[in-house]
Parts: sequence; C-alpha cells; structure tokens
Amino acid sequence: MKPFRRKIRIPEQLIWPIAALFILLIFNFLFTENFFHIEIRNGKLFGSLIDILDRASPLMLVALGMTLVIATGGIDLSVGAVMAITGTIIAGLLAMPDFSILSWFNLPASFSLALCIALATGIIFGACNGILVSFFNIQAIVATLILMVAGRGIAQLLSNGQIITVQNDTFSFWGNGYFLGFPFTVFIVIIGFAVCWILIRKTALGLFVEASGSNPVASHYSGINIRMVKFMIYGFSGFCAGLAGILVAADIKAADANNAGLYLELDAILATVLGGTALKGGRCFLAGSLIGAVLIQSVTTTILTRGVPVEYTLVVKALVIVMICLLQSAEFRRMIINRFRKTGK
Amino acid sequence: MPLLAMKNITKTFPGVMALDGVNFDLCSGEAHSLVGENGAGKSTLIKVLTGVYRQDEGEILLEDKRIQPLSPFESQRMGVSTVYQEINLVPELSVEENLFLGRQPMKLGRIDWKKIRRMAEKALSRLNLQIDPSMPLSSFSIATQQMIAIARSLDISARVLILDEPTSSLDHHEVERLFSIIRKLKSEGLGVIFISHFLDQIFEVSDRLTILRNGQLIETCEVSRISRLELVAKMTGKSIEDLKTAQPYSGKKGTNIGKREILKAERLGRKKDIAPFDLQLHEGEILGFAGLLGSGRTQAAELLFGLKQPDTGKIKREGVEVSIRSPQKAVQYGIGFLPEDRKTQGIFPDLSVRENIILAFQSKKGWWKPLSRKKQELITKNFIETLQIKTADMEKPVGQLSGGNQQKVILARWLASQPEIIILDEPTRGIDVGAKAEIESLIHNLCSEGLSIILISGELEEVERNSHRIMVFRDKVIVSELEGENLNLPNIMKLIAEGEANPRETIQA
Repeated sequence: MKPFRRKIRIPEQLIWPIAALFILLIFNFLFTENFFHIEIRNGKLFGSLIDILDRASPLMLVALGMTLVIATGGIDLSVGAVMAITGTIIAGLLAMPDFSILSWFNLPASFSLALCIALATGIIFGACNGILVSFFNIQAIVATLILMVAGRGIAQLLSNGQIITVQNDTFSFWGNGYFLGFPFTVFIVIIGFAVCWILIRKTALGLFVEASGSNPVASHYSGINIRMVKFMIYGFSGFCAGLAGILVAADIKAADANNAGLYLELDAILATVLGGTALKGGRCFLAGSLIGAVLIQSVTTTILTRGVPVEYTLVVKALVIVMICLLQSAEFRRMIINRFRKTGK
Repeated sequence: MPLLAMKNITKTFPGVMALDGVNFDLCSGEAHSLVGENGAGKSTLIKVLTGVYRQDEGEILLEDKRIQPLSPFESQRMGVSTVYQEINLVPELSVEENLFLGRQPMKLGRIDWKKIRRMAEKALSRLNLQIDPSMPLSSFSIATQQMIAIARSLDISARVLILDEPTSSLDHHEVERLFSIIRKLKSEGLGVIFISHFLDQIFEVSDRLTILRNGQLIETCEVSRISRLELVAKMTGKSIEDLKTAQPYSGKKGTNIGKREILKAERLGRKKDIAPFDLQLHEGEILGFAGLLGSGRTQAAELLFGLKQPDTGKIKREGVEVSIRSPQKAVQYGIGFLPEDRKTQGIFPDLSVRENIILAFQSKKGWWKPLSRKKQELITKNFIETLQIKTADMEKPVGQLSGGNQQKVILARWLASQPEIIILDEPTRGIDVGAKAEIESLIHNLCSEGLSIILISGELEEVERNSHRIMVFRDKVIVSELEGENLNLPNIMKLIAEGEANPRETIQA
C-alpha cells in the first residue's frame, strides 16, 4: 500500500491486527511445540506457518474483493456461492462427467480454457451483483443475498448434485503444487494482490472507491461515475471469489457444490473488518485484510494443532475472535487503561 | 455571582493550542455571544463545557459548584443544554417522540403516552409553539424544527442554553421568532450562550460578548461599548485603519467581460422545480442568482449541472447544443458546482485534504489516467497557499478542518479541475467574516482571469455586491434580470417582494 512510497509509515488501523497476529504467534512459540518448525523435504517447505499461508489463500483472495466492495459502502454475501459455481465449472469442464450439464458442451478438456471460462463466470456473476446494486439501486445486502442462495443452487444444478472428481495434473498442481519451495497457492494470492493493488493504487479507481464509500452524494456532485465504479468493484469481487473457488476445488481435486466456500463470505467480512476497513465504507486497507485472513487461519490452525477436541473448536475460535475484536476497540482499550489508572492511584 | 464561570481553560490538540487560558462567565438572565473567526476556539470552548472534550487545565463552576461533565448527556443533566447548528433529531418520528426520545416517561414498563402528550404540550407552549405534537418532525419547516430542538434541550432543570449557529438556515422572519424566544428564556433566568457569524444578530440579541482569536481570550465586554468595526478588528487581529481602507470590491465595474457566450440556456425548465428560463453567461462574467430559499435558484443551477434532467429546453455550450445528463457530463464540459450543503454534498470527511482537492480533476480525467502523487501534491500545495487553507499538512482528513477551511477545500477542488464555468451555491454560508472577504476577492480574481461564475446566495447584499448581472427568482420563476444602474438592492428586494416589474415569465396554470 501507500507507505512503501517513501518513509514506511504503517497506518494506525493496521497496528492492531498486526499486534494480534504477533501475540498469537508468540503464544504458539511458547506453548505449541514445533509450531515454528519449518522443514525442507525435496526442496519443498513444510510446517505450520507454511500450512497457514496455504490454507488461508482462498480466504485472502475473497477478502481482497470484499474489502473493495465494503469500501464502496456495500457488501457481497454471494462470494461463497460464486466459489461453488466456479469450482464446479472448472472441475466439470475438465472431467466432463456424464451426469453434469457441462458435458453437453463438447469442449476439449484443456486446463487453460476451463480456467478462463470459470474465471469469466465469476466475473459475470459479480457483475450481475453490480448491476443490481448500482443500476437498480437494490441494497447490496439484498442483491447479493439472492445470488448467495441461488448461486449454490446453480452449482448443484451444474453438477447434478454430485461431487465431481478430477484427474488433471495442472489442476491438482494449482491446489497442491509447490513452486520455488512454496505452495503454489501463495503465488496465486500474490498475483491476485498485485492485480488488485495496481487496479486500486496505480489508477484512480481506489480514490473513487474510497470517495463513493465516504460520501456518495458528494461523489455524485464531484462528477464521479459511482455506478460504474460499483459495477466494476462487484465484478472484481466475483473474479476474486472465482479464483478462490478454483483453488478450493484444485486442493481436493474435486468440486463439492454443497460445501465449497460455505460461510466463507462471513470469514471474508471478518477478515476485512479485522484488517481495519470500516463496514460503513470509505478508507480501505488491502494489506490489512490479508493480515486479517491470515489471523483467522492462524486461530484455526492453532486450535487444531493444540489438540482442542473437535466439538470445542468453534467455541474456542469465537472466543479468540472476540478477544481480537476487543483488542481493536479503542473504547475497550480506554476502559482498561482507565481501570489501571484508578487502581494505580 | 455568575451563573457559570469557566476559569483559565486550556486545551491542546497535537500541534495546536486550541484554547490558551481562556476565562468566560455567564450571568443569569444574560445572553452572551461568543465571537471569533473559524478556528478561534469557540467550538472547543463549548465542547469543553458540554463534556465532549476534557480541558487540560482550568475549572468550570456552575452556580459556584465545580463541575466536570464527561459527556454531553451528563452536562445536560447538570443543567447545561446545547442546540447545535445541525438539527440532531429524527425526521421520521413525531414531535413528541423527538422531544422525549431516550428519556420517555414510563408506566408499568411501558411508555406513558398520555404523560408524554401533556409534557410535550407544556414544553412547546413554553416556546409559544402552537403545533400538533403528533405530527412527524419532517412536516415542519427548518425553523420550527430548530425550535423543537430547543424545546427538547430545555429540561426543566436547564440553567444554561447554548445556541451554536442556530440562525444559519433561518430567514429573517424566523430569526426574529427565535430571538423573541431567547428574550423570553432570559426573563425566566436562563443564561444563553449565543454563537453566530452574523454580526447584526450578535448586536441585536446579546448583552455581552467575548472575543476569541487563535485560542486566546481577546476581550469580554458589553455589547453597547463596542462598535462593529472594533469588533471585526479584534476578531481578525487587524487594525481599524486597515478595515476602513479595505472597501469591498465593487463588482459592477466589470470591464473585462468578454463577448464570448460561454453558456446559454433556452427555455430550460423542469416541472415543479423551475419554470422555463433563458440564460446567457459570458466569459469572465459573474451572474448572480438572487431569491429567497425555495425560489428556484438552486433548482436552476441543478439543471445546468446535470443533477436533475430538464423537461424542456436546451443548453448550449459556446454555441453548440449539449446534453448535460449527469454531473460527470457537466464536469467534462468544464462546469464546476460548489454545492450549498457542505457537509452532505461537499466534503469527504475521512479523505485527506489532498484527495478532496484533486477529486474533481481526477474524475474529469477518468479513472484510468491517474494523476501522479507528485502532481497531486503540487496542485494541493498550490491551493493551500493561494486559498490560505489552514491545515497542519495535506494528508489530514478534511473532517478535522474548520468549516471555512472545508469550504475552501471544496472551492479548490473545482478550481483544480480547470473549469470554464463555476457555479457557487452559497459559497460563504456558515463561514466567518475574514474567510468570507477572502472568498469574495478570490471570486473576482478568478473572473478577471476569464472564468465565468454563477453566484447563488440568499444574502442579497452579497449577490448585489459581487455580480455583474443578476437574475431575480421568485416562486420558481425568474422574474427579472438586472444590469448596470438598475442593479441595486432596493430593486432586487422590490422584485423579490412583488415580482410585478417586467415579468419575464408567467406560469401557465
């Protein structure tokens, strides 16, 4: 983000998510055995930290799109459903199972073709959200709720309600492969972040996004084409979700229309908010959202590696998230400080 | 014994000394004005008194007891009530609901509506308001809403009433009504702190005044002991001689108006907003729109800027017919529009000064052609200097600037977009005398550089003083156009009041 321009200046909003991540890592450093252990096997890195990055990658991608949507003052609930759709499409096009509608199209089983079609579908669905929100002035939460429900249905329709398994080396490399010692998914996130960053900070789109979230009326009066801005941003969110859906499917070498990306929209919203972007729109922090996503995955991984019984995981996760949220609340911090001052006197 | 005394109040913000050992006192039955330019410390002093901020040093005494309110709610309970410039009520709720929102009398765990009605009627009659308390707030005029806000803030226990710019959206008649209420409350023994940018009103309503400048107390004196000129001199820190020689620019001497017709409207109109009108604007000309609130002056500008679509007529830009269907189009055609309502239509509070300034220029260029950071900073620096925008640095969020400086930022935004025409709707509303004079002289500098300006203002003197030509609006019709010798205040007033002379338009049916 901006700070790299001259002096590195970390925005205030990023300090707390970074601090929370840091505290979590210190906790693991002290109490979880082998958490920081990284091993090189066949030129590939293995370990909990690498695992966190790998597993957080779909969430990071989705959170990028979500951050921009939230910055315009909107929200995108459909990302999980879009993930299910694109996962099904790429898997269907590669495997061409007889039960799927996708086998009606007589396409060659080429990975790049399937990838392009899946990504384009993601963008188109995102753009549909954009049309509803910007051109028909439907509230974002309602407009995207439609696709959230319908999208998963579309995915089930495409797969005829069955899980599509794929045998394709390139596809499986996207989910499980290693490149320069790191999981390939990490590079996809880096590419996604780079595209996003260029779009936002190297054009004026970022300014327009933040302006239209900060004050939509004044944006209109200043000659900003808010509709176009929103339309593009929802399309971009669709692209991010689409890419994440492909990664999730590639990871398990199968498309599961029922479970792929389930509730991921909520994690993405959480990652965005943890990363310092306010739900009311305006200023957005792309790097913050990535940190937020890593933070959420770190919590999950920590709970799993510490052997917390499965039935406790969700509750423990919720407690940790509540603590992180409290840490970020200026009001809460002030209360604590006041309490210390009083006892000090 | 004063009712309220604030002693040696000091408040600093990072890098700014907002209040520097200020003393202030208020007697029972007194109206005390707090005057000063934007950023002088009036608001900070009020915020300390109402518990929004906590002073670094000094103490507050209310009826000789030391108080330290920690929130506006607490200060109200202690007897200090505030009515802000913006009405902080809920338009959709009824008057009585607004009056007792958050402190409803309860009976058996439910709201006691009968008691509310009784109390509401009592509270309204105290202010001589004869309205139906069950009607929604939005069905009343701004002035009445303002009165209702006062009624809400006046608890039975209220000892001090603070009115922060209460008159900025009221017309003359409504101001009179407000003043009669202030006098009534004074006679009941309340102390009133009055803040306004209108000097006339300060002299009319207050007994004493306290002048602040740059966070320091300049003087507290009785209103009868100070002349208007002295007051302005003390507010601005300039000598009286300076002010005497600085005559307001007489715009009528506009000799540099070009022949070139920059903008022309033919029979442009929109039902219910403005009757069809013709308009010509020349290069380097200041065209004034004079009229009362709701006379159609803003609506006409909205059609020219593409904020609303006309039903009839056409717009010509330098002789070529153009369709201005949106503000984006208007910006492309080199038109800028400084809107009336700074807070909702103008500023982006959490974006920086830099971003606020370059925004219109950037949207004119389009999103794919970004201005480099260097260029942005150059533009911003340039405007901060020429418009004398007071800000610690260009990355400061605009929401933290004072009102006058925010207005200058929005003006800078439009000037940066390199327009040929700029429409200024109430450019000096809610800003202090010094900034007002600066903005007016800026307007003239701009037009002498060839910029064409449409100036809209409810303050008739301002339009009269600054315009080369004036179009007078009355009841959504442009009733006349004044130029040359005819352009004077009595003529404008006569047209607004009667609208008989030389009617250009009559509405059919």
